[in-house]
Amino acid sequence: MANVLVNAPKTAKRGAIVEIKALILHPMETGFRPGPNGRIIPRNIIERFTATWNGTEIFDMEMSPAIAANPFVSFFAVASESGTVGLRWTGDEGFVVEERVAIAVE
Amino acid sequence: MIARHFGIGLAIVFAASYALAQGMADKGGTDKRRSGTQDMGRALQKMQDDDTANPGMLFVQLGGELWGKAAGAAGKSCADCHGGAASMKGVAARYPAIPKGADAPVDLEGRINLCRTANQQAGSLTSESREVLALTAYVARQSRGLPIAPPDDPRLAPFRTRGKELWQSRQGQLNLSCAICHDDNAGKKLAGVTIPQAHPTGYPIYRLEWQTLGSLKRRLRNCLVGIRAEPYAYNAPEYVMLDLFLMDRARGMMLESPGVRP
Repeated sequence: MANVLVNAPKTAKRGAIVEIKALILHPMETGFRPGPNGRIIPRNIIERFTATWNGTEIFDMEMSPAIAANPFVSFFAVASESGTVGLRWTGDEGFVVEERVAIAVE
Repeated sequence: MIARHFGIGLAIVFAASYALAQGMADKGGTDKRRSGTQDMGRALQKMQDDDTANPGMLFVQLGGELWGKAAGAAGKSCADCHGGAASMKGVAARYPAIPKGADAPVDLEGRINLCRTANQQAGSLTSESREVLALTAYVARQSRGLPIAPPDDPRLAPFRTRGKELWQSRQGQLNLSCAICHDDNAGKKLAGVTIPQAHPTGYPIYRLEWQTLGSLKRRLRNCLVGIRAEPYAYNAPEYVMLDLFLMDRARGMMLESPGVRP
């Protein structure tokens, strides 16, 4: 049940700095909390978030258990050519979510 | 002179933003009611207003998926009967209400569960489950920006009165009523936090403390635990009565669902 909200401009001027914002539904369970039965709830976090522009990596982030649920990431990139921004979240329990947005550079 | 002009300018800006936030509730500045949104920091207000930064919208998106998905023995989805989301416009602004053929009011969550059990022949959803929060958020989102408009059903009056009694009665080890904080001392500080007037303008809310979406029921339980009273069971009619009273108390205020709260 992957659920993502991405906010990126559809068009950008060549050379302009654009902001890309991404929000994802994820519990970010720390692995330090006891559950109702007193046992520790196993860690379940997103470990890595990467962004690519036409296949070239432009942003990479390692996430930790201290990050709250439903992490919101905002970063900047220089719009040099039209293309697709690929966003990828990977984490515990085989969590992989990919999302793509197109940005037209004029 | 410059300083004086600056002061006036600031006052105008403040008045304008205040009027904007009050929305349709403010009739000539006599309305002293404030939504919790007005007491939040600027960053949180922006988070609530931006549909791609408000985490509640993740649940709305999920609710949209569930809306179109068939469930239960009848094999029908919400959309099969109700059509698009537009049909839900204004619904959250008028609930709780008494459904056809019943004699007691239900809240929005209760109405969704009625539809599930009677029309979809599926089991009712557990309170605070992701599914029920997603569906209520999806329905409530369609009423964002509309004034809260409880129905003028005379059968609701005794339930509303009971809700008001609950609101005003002391309970718990701290022997406090809801009214002592939220009517008598609203706007003052409880530790570092401003006590809100407790208008249900944004439910279901994404509360940062919870790190998830939650219903008015959960919020009421939170307060009950806070005054060291035993919370009512999740299916207790008391929540609906309190909801009825609170919605009437907030009549005309603007709905902001899904709200963000600290």
